[in-house]
Amino acid sequence: MLEIKGLKVDLEDEDKSILKGVDLTVPAGEVHAIMGPNGSGKSTMSYVLSGKDGYTVTGGTATLNGVDLLAMEPEERAAAGLFLAFQYPVEIPGVGNMTFLRTAVNAQRKARGEEELSAGDFLKEVRAKAKDLKIDAEMLKRPVNVGFSGGEKKRNEILQMAMLEPKMCILDETDSGLDVDAMKLVADGVNALRSEGRSFLVITHYQRLLDHIKPDVVHIMSNGRIIKSGGPELALEVEHNGYTDLLAEDA
Amino acid sequence: MAVLDVDVKEGVDQETVDAVAQLSGAYKYGWNDDEIEMDYAPKGLNTDIVELISGKNEEPRWMTDWRLSAYERWTGMSVPNWAMLKLADIDFQDLYYYARPKSMEVKPKSLDEVDPKLLETYKKLGIPLSEQAILAGVEGAVPDEGRKVAVDAVFDSVSVGTTFQKELAKAGVIFCSISEAIREHPELVKKYLGTVVPPTDNFYATLNSAVFSDGSFVYIPPGVRCPMELSTYFRINAENTGQFERTLIIADKGSYVSYLEGCTAPKRDVAQLHAAVVEIIIEEDAEVKYSTVQNWYPGDAEGRGGIYNFVTKRADCRGDRAKIMWTQVETGSAVTWKYPSCILRGDDSQGEFYSIAIANNMQQADTGTKMIHLGKRTKSRIVSKGISAGKAQNTYRGLVSMHPKAKESRNYTQCDSLLIGSECGAHTVPYIEVKNNSSRVEHEATTSKVDDEQLFYCRSRGMDEEEAVALVVNGFCKEVLQALPMEFAMEAQALVAISLEGSVG
Ligand SMILES: Nc1ncnc2c1ncn2[C@@H]1O[C@H](COP(=O)(O)OP(=O)(O)OP(=O)(O)O)[C@@H](O)[C@H]1O
Ligand SMILES: [Mg+2]
Repeated sequence: MLEIKGLKVDLEDEDKSILKGVDLTVPAGEVHAIMGPNGSGKSTMSYVLSGKDGYTVTGGTATLNGVDLLAMEPEERAAAGLFLAFQYPVEIPGVGNMTFLRTAVNAQRKARGEEELSAGDFLKEVRAKAKDLKIDAEMLKRPVNVGFSGGEKKRNEILQMAMLEPKMCILDETDSGLDVDAMKLVADGVNALRSEGRSFLVITHYQRLLDHIKPDVVHIMSNGRIIKSGGPELALEVEHNGYTDLLAEDA
Repeated sequence: MAVLDVDVKEGVDQETVDAVAQLSGAYKYGWNDDEIEMDYAPKGLNTDIVELISGKNEEPRWMTDWRLSAYERWTGMSVPNWAMLKLADIDFQDLYYYARPKSMEVKPKSLDEVDPKLLETYKKLGIPLSEQAILAGVEGAVPDEGRKVAVDAVFDSVSVGTTFQKELAKAGVIFCSISEAIREHPELVKKYLGTVVPPTDNFYATLNSAVFSDGSFVYIPPGVRCPMELSTYFRINAENTGQFERTLIIADKGSYVSYLEGCTAPKRDVAQLHAAVVEIIIEEDAEVKYSTVQNWYPGDAEGRGGIYNFVTKRADCRGDRAKIMWTQVETGSAVTWKYPSCILRGDDSQGEFYSIAIANNMQQADTGTKMIHLGKRTKSRIVSKGISAGKAQNTYRGLVSMHPKAKESRNYTQCDSLLIGSECGAHTVPYIEVKNNSSRVEHEATTSKVDDEQLFYCRSRGMDEEEAVALVVNGFCKEVLQALPMEFAMEAQALVAISLEGSVG
């Protein structure tokens, strides 16, 4: 599904290298987790994969089902099935959450040559999915993320994911700022979407989320590289011992 | 009667040709018969042309004299140059004031000959083919039924002219062309015409007073709530009212009316100068909502061929507790010069102004409002959203004036500018005068660039750059879009998106 090889990325405006050769493969149907110290480049990697401006790829490749991701516009990557749940979801004043969702869903359908979802069908679907995530009707009408609490913003990201039905989902610290019940809701949402044709890359600092969303593989990122990969037990090790030993091992 | 035909369009009848020919001896700038054959009316302006226009409309002498004195006045005036607009000098003697300019005779023979970009826009607005042809000025194009051009595209639910007129008559509402009103309701016209925008007001208004060809007249009797939204579309030949439109709206005591002007579909038009005047009189406890969507041809990307739009719009809240609300969406024209104003004369009267002005490519917009507080406890609110893209210049110019007697009055002004790209400009020019110490004026202004984080967020969800910009800009304009009547709001949203095409990437 997702294949990253030797990915090197610099900041565009500064002479600073952030990713220093990332190798990572997420096969179809699997859930992988990425952990790692603050500032190690996790969010940068997810932004670069989604096509955000401000970075220069200086080496390596990234493909989604064999298609070169890095050559595409952000919206083409989305239509190809890539989704990023933002660490910091963006507020868009004046644009209703529902309008935003519908525009996004139909834009992707159009890009894939599918028919637009009718207003009625869309409404039915969004209501059902919002209900599962305990997002009330009032929140659907409010402007996108404006005045949403931290946890509401994160749940809203998952709602978007559920509506867009992507193939490759990257969740950047979706668990941060969620209370215990909300974390369960989000995890249930993710688990409901797990399927053979869909993969997840879950960026997190805490083992807690991984209790609910069982990862197949856990990667540790440090200083712009994946320094270790292993099974779920790797997350437990981080939880108990922190990164010191792992970093020492790598050095 | 055939002579009652006051259309300003090509194919003017033989009578006009004769009338003009008769005047030709006195016509200073000269033309020969051949030219008349071709053009049907001479270029330029003089008393003969004013008389001719008045005569064609079968106007009474007082009206003709009114026009002539405006013309006298106009000859001594010069073009205002205080606006932040760069424009080529207009040769006012090189314009047509009656009948169609010659170039309009070269009409497209079918939709195949019409600019494909224009057709694309019609398609996006969902306008049926037959109406597209009319809007594009295709030769021989006729509407499906009646002449409700663009009505179906905008107002699905409204039935055609006749039932509409019947219902209005039952309520006692007068809604007709201004030339008809001059003939049929002279007492009302005499009483109100020129009392809000006097014929001496400004260069363009004075010109309009001399040569206005047609326009709308509305009278709402005391205590009547107009049973439907009035729109120029419903009036016969409304699409041909021409470049000097004159509108007079009177809301008598305790009445209410919502009036829609304009069209979301861009109209192909070769008349370069448009100078309309709108006067609104609002008596005690009456309320008027006036909404405009202005989408005249803005010219091509290099700024060639667009329309100059110089409009004087003013509402006079004459009675106590009178209310006016102006809402405008200005997306068209090469040059827009327009300041719908509110004279808050009655005590406790209220004025509101909601505006979206979009300028793309080479467009220039200088627009805003004037709130003149004369009465006690008068209130005004201004919400202006200016969007500039391409190489366009967008200026908000607003005056808030609190007179000595306007005790305890209030104004709130919010003026936001959004820039798309780095070659455009936004300017805010507020004038504030407060001549008493119990009134309060608040002014907030912001200028921002369209936010890259927001655009990326939208694009990461699958929208292309243009869709993302349209969505973000529509969000920016939300407060104003909400002030529009429902049917209009949907169209206006689509229009915002279309106006910004080509502004990114
Ligand atoms: N636009 C930018 N300008 C300057 N520095 C940047 C920029 N983007 C990323 N960085 C730097 O790159 C490094 C990696 O940042 P990134 O956000 O990818 O880390 P992270 O692993 O997601 O951290 P966290 O766990 O705190 O979310 C940091 O040192 C950060 O300051
Ligand atoms: Mg991060």
